[in-house]
Amino acid sequence: MGKVIKKKRKKPAPALVLRLYVAGNAPNSVRAITNARAICDEHYPARYVLEIVDLIEHPDTAMADGIIVTPTLLKLQPQPVRRVVGNLDDTAQVLLTLVAT
Amino acid sequence: MKSKSPHPPVTKVLTGIEGFDEITDGGLPRARSTLVIGGPGCGKTVFALQSLVNGAHRAKEAGIFVAFEESTAQIIANAATFGWDLPALIKKKLFFMDAQLSPDVVKSGEFDLVGMLAMIRAKATELQATRIVFDGIDVLLGLLDDPVAERRELYRIRDWLIETGLTGIITQKAAALEGSHRYNYLQFMVDCVVVLRHQVIDGSAFRNLRVMKYRGSGFAADEFPITLTADGLRLTNRGPTELTYDVTDERISSGLPRLDHMLHGGYHRGSNVLISGAPGTAKSTLAGLFADAACTRGERTLYVSFDEGPAQIVRNLRSVGIQLAPHQKSGLLKLYSTRTRGPNVEDQFGELRAQVRTHRPTCLVIDPLSALSTKMAHLASADAAQQFLDFLKAEGITVVNTSLMDGLSTDEATATGISTIADTWIHLSYVVQDGERNRALTIVKSRGTGHSNQVRELKLADDGVTLADVFVAQGKVLMGVARWEWEQDERATKKRAQVAAELKRLQLQLSQAEAAARLQVIKTEMEARTAEIEVLALATGTASRLVATDREVLRTMRHADDEVAVAKNAAGKKVASIDRGRAV
Repeated sequence: MGKVIKKKRKKPAPALVLRLYVAGNAPNSVRAITNARAICDEHYPARYVLEIVDLIEHPDTAMADGIIVTPTLLKLQPQPVRRVVGNLDDTAQVLLTLVAT
Repeated sequence: MKSKSPHPPVTKVLTGIEGFDEITDGGLPRARSTLVIGGPGCGKTVFALQSLVNGAHRAKEAGIFVAFEESTAQIIANAATFGWDLPALIKKKLFFMDAQLSPDVVKSGEFDLVGMLAMIRAKATELQATRIVFDGIDVLLGLLDDPVAERRELYRIRDWLIETGLTGIITQKAAALEGSHRYNYLQFMVDCVVVLRHQVIDGSAFRNLRVMKYRGSGFAADEFPITLTADGLRLTNRGPTELTYDVTDERISSGLPRLDHMLHGGYHRGSNVLISGAPGTAKSTLAGLFADAACTRGERTLYVSFDEGPAQIVRNLRSVGIQLAPHQKSGLLKLYSTRTRGPNVEDQFGELRAQVRTHRPTCLVIDPLSALSTKMAHLASADAAQQFLDFLKAEGITVVNTSLMDGLSTDEATATGISTIADTWIHLSYVVQDGERNRALTIVKSRGTGHSNQVRELKLADDGVTLADVFVAQGKVLMGVARWEWEQDERATKKRAQVAAELKRLQLQLSQAEAAARLQVIKTEMEARTAEIEVLALATGTASRLVATDREVLRTMRHADDEVAVAKNAAGKKVASIDRGRAV
């Protein structure tokens, strides 16, 4: 069902801006980076921006963004801002969030 | 830090929570994790926050509070009821971190706390914090929906605490603990486990605290009642261990002269008097007498009543000749009425304290204390009462409490609870017999004074209250009409006895007279006999003398010289024997 929605919205979709907070090379963080890239490459090829922030190096930014757990994925564009926590293993959940308004 | 060595001595961090530092002999384990478990509303958050705040205030230690369950704004707002001055602390010593995942957050796969701990570590370094609270972490970890992952994250926190040297408090809902063994490992994982329990007894809420384990340290393992005061949480039965009151030998009247006499002069000033009894045994009346007497002496008096309005009390007491209205008018007496089923016993004692502070009485009536003590079966309430009474004692206020109690032994908990705090205990009871109900008064105990052991009958009439002697007859205590009848009977019996004694006296006099008469007869007879004997002796003596004379004459005539001595001797013997006969 998620896929149906995705395809409908695919063409008018604006540029996707994401920020992924990770914690060094903690297993879940490493896995999240891989998963995020894979999902974006598959569903938004060449139309996304994925910023990866290492929380250990930038704790203040993370705190300002209200990050609690890692990894956390922030969808900054399109609005509204949405967030997904976890290593992004559940692709369907991620995609639902990305298209959610 | 020392804690990195394999078997470090346990150093402790004072929580500043009254009583807790005593039972744990110094507070929480430093640079270790303490788990605080409890159901909702137990005071977990208060416990954690309070130790953080106290650390900041007293030990000047900075702290971090990570809130998983409530927003930090909510927590700060809730804590405003305590006099902790959080806003001032937040600037310098405390940091509140919102760690509440918003409800619209989507979860995709596993997550961990590595990032969060990194952020906190940065903050801790910045603040030079030494204490940290993870409040309601189960809310966050529950999202993992994976016991193994949850466990891993908790171990992560524990190890992180050891590594950073922060003293940590982790609070966890007890609901997670009950029923499943899923969280049992938590207790093994941490160094100290504090269990908070919430229970409702007869509609009133009570909280308890128990230290379940404490690695490397002794502790008091009992469950202690806790209360929430204006300063936060405290273990209630850990009041001041030293009791230092000024005591006085001054006596003040109970308002009932005979009762004063029974107490060898009245109540001690500053003492605590308990008047217990069944409903309608005139407890309030005795309390009213005391108030009246106090005001008459010119003492400020506060009369606290439950469930009865001031006007009603004044009217009721007027019916037995106690006039409180003039004292009310003069301002000496203040009647304060409130409801018993208040939200909380402690709140009520707080109210009473405020009343005492504003009216500044030297005499106080609480009618009835048991209105509060229906909840006294529980230690917390008893302690709250104890504290209040201690406060009054410290102020030197003489207190008369009434307590609803049917018998002395029916409710051990209440009886012992109240008994220990009462200096003088007067018990009123009904004696039902012969279709009547009468009031009996006894003094159960009175510290520091002799007192009567007698039961008295308490009589109420329009013109006042009196005490009357009670009679015991044939193993029965007589009161009321029975006593009156017994008195009548007693009088009749006395009269009968008087008459009988008089009769007996007369009878005895008669026999005495008879005896005397008989004695006279015998005496007379005796005299007669004596006379007879004399006559007889006289006669016999003359005859023998005549015989002797005759023989002498005969010898002389015969010239028998050698036989004279023998004959003389024989004659002497004869005379002697006659003399003896007369004397007998």
